[in-house]
Amino acid sequence: MPTIVTANCQRCRFTDCVTVCPVACFHGDDEMLYIDNNVCIDCGACVPICPVKAIYEEADLPAELRSWIAINAERAPTLPNITDKQEPLPGAEARKAELGF
Amino acid sequence: MSHPIRVAIVGSGPSGFYAAEGLFKAGRGVQVDMFERLPAPYGLVRHGVAPDHAKLKEPMRVYEGIARSPEFRFLGNVTVGRDVSVDDLRAAYHAVLFCCGAESDRRLGIPGEDLPGSHTATEFVGWYNGHPDYRDRQFDLGQEVAVIIGQGNVAIDVGRILAKTVDELKHTDIAEHALECLAQSRIREIHLIGRRGPAQAKFTTKEFRELGELADCDPVVDAADLALNPESLAELEDRSGSVAKKNLEVLKGFAARPARAVRRRLFLRFLLSPVELEGDDRLQRVVLERNRLEGAAGRQSARGTGERITQASGLLFRSIGYKGVAIPGVPFDARQGIFPTRDGRIVDETGAPVPGLYASGWIKRGPTGIIGTNRADSLATVTSLLADLGALDAGPRPGAEGLAALASGRGPRVIGFEDWLVIDRAEVQRGAAKGKPREKFTRVGEMLQLVPRPLR
Repeated sequence: MPTIVTANCQRCRFTDCVTVCPVACFHGDDEMLYIDNNVCIDCGACVPICPVKAIYEEADLPAELRSWIAINAERAPTLPNITDKQEPLPGAEARKAELGF
Repeated sequence: MSHPIRVAIVGSGPSGFYAAEGLFKAGRGVQVDMFERLPAPYGLVRHGVAPDHAKLKEPMRVYEGIARSPEFRFLGNVTVGRDVSVDDLRAAYHAVLFCCGAESDRRLGIPGEDLPGSHTATEFVGWYNGHPDYRDRQFDLGQEVAVIIGQGNVAIDVGRILAKTVDELKHTDIAEHALECLAQSRIREIHLIGRRGPAQAKFTTKEFRELGELADCDPVVDAADLALNPESLAELEDRSGSVAKKNLEVLKGFAARPARAVRRRLFLRFLLSPVELEGDDRLQRVVLERNRLEGAAGRQSARGTGERITQASGLLFRSIGYKGVAIPGVPFDARQGIFPTRDGRIVDETGAPVPGLYASGWIKRGPTGIIGTNRADSLATVTSLLADLGALDAGPRPGAEGLAALASGRGPRVIGFEDWLVIDRAEVQRGAAKGKPREKFTRVGEMLQLVPRPLR
């Protein structure tokens, strides 16, 4: 059962998730991160640590976000592996507030 | 740099390997010697994670990759504090990083706790996972009713392993001796006892859902337990209550589903605390006291009501938390069962850092969090250690070559990582014949026999 990064990561990219990933399954472009579910072990460590609740286990994924399953599957394997915390995107804190967190 | 920085890591579980990863990534030419008291590495990933959670064992491949770094050495079968002292390590290394986990259990502190039939979850988990320390433990699975005190993920693992059929376990890496014993199990009822209510339970929802997917066991929840007080309802609506809310949905599902004709039932029971274990010469009854919740939302605690309920049971496991074990030469907080730290630096009773001593993982923060939690924790400790390098590095240190106790030939047979890989391959091979991912060796002697002795 996949674990999925969704739209809230865009314009934030806090990358706290990568510090708790036991198997280094996060990949990223300039916009956001994606999970490689061929590597992810479904431990769920990243879900509660995301400051903008961008990450869901599939069982909890709201219907309107289901398209992100395919996007993660398609994007993650093509992008560089992100294993260390990086600076959030400029304006991330404002975006976080805008999202209500 | 004229000489390498040498760091000893004590313990080879997740926090130890993530610390090694962090040290290597710093690009400072750090050399790591990792000490482990067993010949086999990986700590709770090998001996804690339940055998039917194969995916959660995948981090072992990550650790194997870290172990293949040229700057890494594994020194298995060496007990720090016995074979090698902490003072020896401090003399031989620039820094010593303790990642030795929480190896003992909290006690219930009630009469009858040590009656035969009353065990710790640690013993049972170690036994079914083939930990050499628990290889010869005996559990009377001829009993029909088992009680588990506690409702964390370890308690759920114990309940689930007791609930599963042999067919559900036989293709996992469960130890052979445990599978044989579980095949004879007469357990019919498993009671998981929680001190507080369903809204406060510390389960992760996923492990909880699994209880509804067992072949020959139904989860049972008393619908009356799901009627929450206003404070608990408020907790669910709070942002931090989302897991509890999901858990409650799962529980409601369990309460609503029709009973199947199955051999076993697993009862999830709430607002109960054990007050006494009774029996003539072995455990026969668990006396529970009904609790009510007191306090404001988010800070509710369980208080006894005086109402007592007796549950017949001949087999009990307590799973109410874990404590670290002291090592001579390291400050220890006996109450919390941890090495006291500030930013990962071990501190003495005055709060001053002890130069060169660091900690991460459960021995630092106590037994909370899952495998990945230890990665962030270890990276934080490594950041402190690297910041201290200027002060720590007052010249070269010899590393393991400077440990006379290991060089003398009278010390333990040191298992290197290549030696472990020989043991590893043999386990995988033994398992393949039975359709298992591996069949662990459960005695240290068996493991040592596989490894040729080096010429001295």
